[in-house]
Amino acid sequence: MALNKRRFDALIIGAGGAGLNAAIQLANTEARVAVVSKVFPTRSHTVAAQGGVNAALANVLPDNWHWHMFDTVKGSDYLGDQDAIEFMCREAIPTVYELEHNGVPFSRLDSGKIYQRAFGGQSQNFGGAQAARTCAAADRTGHAILHALYQQNVRARTHFFDEYFAIDLIRDDEGAILGALVLEIETGEPLLIEAKATVLATGGCGQVYRTTSNAHINTGDGTAMALRAGIPLMDMEFFQFHPTGIAGRGMLITEGVRGEGGYLINRDGERFMERYAPNAKDLASRDVVSRAIVTEVKEGRGVGPNADHVLLKVDHLGEDIVSKRLPGIRESGRIFAGVDAVHEPLPVFPTAHYVMGGIPTDPYGRVIVPQGTGEEIVPGLYAAGECACVSVHGANRLGGNSLLDILVFGRAAGLDVIENLKENRNHRPMNESSVEAAMARLTRWDQKGDGMPVRELRDEFRKTMEDHAGVFRTEEIMSEGVEKLKALRDRLPEVRLHDHSKVFNTARIEALELENLFDTGISIAYSALMRKESRGAHSRPDHPQRDDANWMKHSLYYRDGDRMEYKPVRTKPLTVESFPPKERVY
Amino acid sequence: MKFLVSRFNPDADARPYMQAFEVQVQRGMMLRDALLEIKRLDESFAFRHSCGEGVCGSDGVNVNGTNKLACITPVSELKEPVEIRPFPGRPIIRDLVVDMTQFYQQYKAVKPWLVRNDPMPEQEILQSPKDRDRLDGLYECIMCGCCSTACPSFWWNPEKFHGPQALLAAWRFLADTRDQATDERLDALEGPYKLFRCHTIMNCVEVCPKGLNPTQAIGHIKNLMLKNAV
Repeated sequence: MALNKRRFDALIIGAGGAGLNAAIQLANTEARVAVVSKVFPTRSHTVAAQGGVNAALANVLPDNWHWHMFDTVKGSDYLGDQDAIEFMCREAIPTVYELEHNGVPFSRLDSGKIYQRAFGGQSQNFGGAQAARTCAAADRTGHAILHALYQQNVRARTHFFDEYFAIDLIRDDEGAILGALVLEIETGEPLLIEAKATVLATGGCGQVYRTTSNAHINTGDGTAMALRAGIPLMDMEFFQFHPTGIAGRGMLITEGVRGEGGYLINRDGERFMERYAPNAKDLASRDVVSRAIVTEVKEGRGVGPNADHVLLKVDHLGEDIVSKRLPGIRESGRIFAGVDAVHEPLPVFPTAHYVMGGIPTDPYGRVIVPQGTGEEIVPGLYAAGECACVSVHGANRLGGNSLLDILVFGRAAGLDVIENLKENRNHRPMNESSVEAAMARLTRWDQKGDGMPVRELRDEFRKTMEDHAGVFRTEEIMSEGVEKLKALRDRLPEVRLHDHSKVFNTARIEALELENLFDTGISIAYSALMRKESRGAHSRPDHPQRDDANWMKHSLYYRDGDRMEYKPVRTKPLTVESFPPKERVY
Repeated sequence: MKFLVSRFNPDADARPYMQAFEVQVQRGMMLRDALLEIKRLDESFAFRHSCGEGVCGSDGVNVNGTNKLACITPVSELKEPVEIRPFPGRPIIRDLVVDMTQFYQQYKAVKPWLVRNDPMPEQEILQSPKDRDRLDGLYECIMCGCCSTACPSFWWNPEKFHGPQALLAAWRFLADTRDQATDERLDALEGPYKLFRCHTIMNCVEVCPKGLNPTQAIGHIKNLMLKNAV
């Protein structure tokens, strides 16, 4: 049967904050845009973001974008690119106002302005007193933003392909991206979408770990598609473990809880963050707090029958603050921990949360790869949001900067696509061999027989990632982990589907996702093994210091031969002075 | 624990049937965890789910006759054998997966976006905390569909009656002091069906996993219509 084909000017893969904010820019032009999402757009994981989005609006305390920039550079442990960070922190302000104009129901101050709360790693005046920079809609900010963006796209009549799964990018012999092969989940039929510009906005990959705050859908689909198209992934060793997941479950308890005055205690009731971060205490950067919690538990000061977690104390804030500012957390605590945060502390432990690395892009969302001694743009390909790496988060992302990243760079990508389309009026010729390769990825799962089931390999893989690429990483643990992961990867061809039906076959989707988990997860473990220093979220007890002389550089992992390359950090901002590396203390 | 799950694969089955599964229950287990266990036993079992914490709204199902969000429903609260069916009244695609097209169309029909005719200010549109409070209990809707697919009026007239979810969304914008399309919104809700098919049966309120109250929102819309008509 002939393959169905559709043509659009632009194809956006992923309908979270980045994809929808790209789409809304394009929807206001003549361009024909398709948004492909494997779930109905409001199910995208942006919906789960709680605490808020950073912008130096100065609604509560004095603030400006330059302080925000300093905090972000410092938070990145000096691995973030300062031009991109300046761009993001400046753009943050109009971006948040635009969101508000688009209908986001932000919480409000008595002045009528947007409510802002304190979050970790925020300071006034380049490292001074705590700032309040995180714009919030209670503790449901991501939900409020995602729904508003979807609503605006409905208004603008954006063409959605809901519940279509992207299988692979299509590229020609020069490396230009021509669109993607996708699968309509309901019918099980493939569809070739040709586009002059393709935006990957597929979100994160937290499902590579067994315990994660991430949704079932966060399987690294975009990062894996990029890898298979020969594009490297940048800084994948930097994976953020959020300090406060519900112990044993992984659901997130927002940093906003600590921003509102909550704090962590150990078995002895000690407010232990005072020892690890005397100034910022519980609002130190996430990597710092996560390591502190793991250290407390390792040294026997954990709480609970197995002494395997710590407590997040909220009850002193009073019912009023909790139900007004943190209603979703109270609900989650009740449901998943059986604890009412108003009366009892919440059991918490770090949970795999966010990948700082991703598909390398410039600040306009254009995917860039090394070429000779410089870099070049991959024609027709963009990436934005968690799947991309601009890089604004460097080695550690600050809370409130991820919603900001997806919105600013989703928007920037959308705007650049508009410019790109003015110059590229025609579709490039289709490359049949690339289409065949993508089809082969799909038909591979038609193989019958008694192979290992998907879930078995997936379970082993996620456990291995958790054990060998977690918060603390030594050479021994890491190299053993990489060997195990490679051995598991060698078993992938033995895996078989037992359900070969067409209609809404979720087993087939999970099989395709398993391949994405492998490609993305191995890039994390391998990049981590190779980086012999401690920086931000990447903590090597055997290389405890940050090593700027040898390692202030971005990693690039290629799937082909598990190969690494490196490129320099862009330390020169757009208009202001560079922030030179300093010791990072909170 | 014994689960009876509705199965239907259009490639193979003429009509849905119930299949029994035995699942080992763990402490703190949610219904979604149990469904995932069932999927481990039989990979061909299909249901939608994602965030696992009650915010994405993917995994609404009918449990022992009541619509619930599987990921925040503890199995310990359920009576055995637990009967799990797809949402009532919607065309079944496969197993627990239903076609929600009409539900989404009704949502889109109420123009669920902020309308502002005045030029936008350079900064935020100001809104007092009190005015913002009016949106609490409205904006939190996750569009899971538990309410509308539990509503007999929606079962009978899904093409004409907006249903509780869409009407909650309609009121969310009517209640927003920033919105400037009150008259158009109210005009669009006129007629015997779109709004007025609500017979205050209140199934929607009972099943909403987020504790929202669409019936009350519908009442507010009706009151506003009356007020504006005078």
